[in-house]
Amino acid sequence: MSWKHKHLLGLQDLSRQDIELVLETAKSFKEVSSRDIKKVPALRGKTVVTLFFEASTRTRISFELAAKRLSADTLNIAASVSSTSKGETLLDTARNIEAMNVDAMVVRHSSSGSVFLLAEGLKCSIVNAGDGCREHPTQALLDMFTLQEKFGRIEGLKVGIVGDILHSRVARSNIWGLTKLGAKVTVCGPATLMPRGIEAMGVEVCYDLKKVLKQSDAVIALRLQKERQQDKFLPSMREYSRLFGLNQAKLNEAGSHLIVMHPGPTNRGLELSAEVADGPQSVILDQVTNGVAVRMAALYLVLGTKTE
Amino acid sequence: MAAVKIMDQEAIRRAVSRMSHEILEKNKGLERLALIGIRTRGVVLAQRLKEAIKSIEGADVPTGILDITLYRDDLTLVATKPLVRETLIDFDITGMKIVLVDDVFYTGRTIRAALDALVDFGRPATIQLAVLVDRGHRELPIRADFVGKNIPTAKHQDVQVILGESDGKTDEVILRDSPESNEAAYLI
Repeated sequence: MSWKHKHLLGLQDLSRQDIELVLETAKSFKEVSSRDIKKVPALRGKTVVTLFFEASTRTRISFELAAKRLSADTLNIAASVSSTSKGETLLDTARNIEAMNVDAMVVRHSSSGSVFLLAEGLKCSIVNAGDGCREHPTQALLDMFTLQEKFGRIEGLKVGIVGDILHSRVARSNIWGLTKLGAKVTVCGPATLMPRGIEAMGVEVCYDLKKVLKQSDAVIALRLQKERQQDKFLPSMREYSRLFGLNQAKLNEAGSHLIVMHPGPTNRGLELSAEVADGPQSVILDQVTNGVAVRMAALYLVLGTKTE
Repeated sequence: MAAVKIMDQEAIRRAVSRMSHEILEKNKGLERLALIGIRTRGVVLAQRLKEAIKSIEGADVPTGILDITLYRDDLTLVATKPLVRETLIDFDITGMKIVLVDDVFYTGRTIRAALDALVDFGRPATIQLAVLVDRGHRELPIRADFVGKNIPTAKHQDVQVILGESDGKTDEVILRDSPESNEAAYLI
């Protein structure tokens, strides 16, 4: 098993073996984060820049911690204070940062596919931290890592993904990854937020949340992206919450075996009730812990690959 | 390609048995003693030393597993990153007398990495080194405290330790001539 990718742009481009290698590598890195001295010298002397054109707390901090625990130097650039607000193009901004001898760039951008533009135009490694509605590979990897930790396997697991599938890069990355590893994925959400033809990705579509909960081993509740609802996809938030929000009563009906995941940040009371978010079936904080380990694995693998 | 068997199963068993006595003699018993095996075959040898010590003293020595991949000094030189595996040390090493265990002692770079890794876990009272085979050609000022067998080798030769638990075959140590090109793969 060896890793041959200079970039991590999405799970669509990875093979099952690649994904399994990341998950296996992340296991060792999780141990590093549990030590008193949470640092190993693996990426000493490397420079990792996080370049975020969309708001993020968790993902950016998680990447920064991951890089620091591998002894890399880190630098964070937020779009609001960057020169793109003065009219510079994305590629120019990135090229200027790269000119200062950066080894890897972790990028989040609102345009789907923007990371490909950067990967083609730059010499450093690009790690996708979310590009538009396309992919958020490290989130899906940490979801899979958490599932593997809880169930001991991914093959054959039944996973439900609930919410705004249309705008969700987390859903897309999870669908690519989970189906490659042999899980059975069912997507559930309002018909207006369900992309047409999603079945072609190898998933089942179901509009009945109760049915999805009953048949699933784990359910991933997606954040309702209020910033992307200007086009009146939903009659009201209350209706959404009633039909597609998770609460304890719905969980009780489905059974106590079900685990609940969420990529964060949660809209409490909308897609998840507070009771569920803080309840025994929720593994949301485990996901956050595992995120650092998975991102360490991603940076370690990507930065070690030499390509001609 | 010539291959010579240098140690057979019996020779390995006797060497492990002698080293376990030497470890106990030098450390005056079991008190605060711990074994840490370096992946992969050091782990098997540490386990065997633990059993040998138990048959002598009738008590268990704490034993851990160390993966040194992240501490290698050639990480930026190798084309693809080696697989990282878990380090499992479930006791506090501070104040302990640690015996590091590895199969083949060669350049000393693995041990350098292991020392760096160990001090990230705590501050041991002493760190000693036990190896099954010392083949010479040190590149760093490091020496072993307990040696199963000293084997004079040429740099282009390969020493292979085969142990039942990790390789699924009968124990033996083999010295073979390897093509020069393989040298790079054995940086550590």
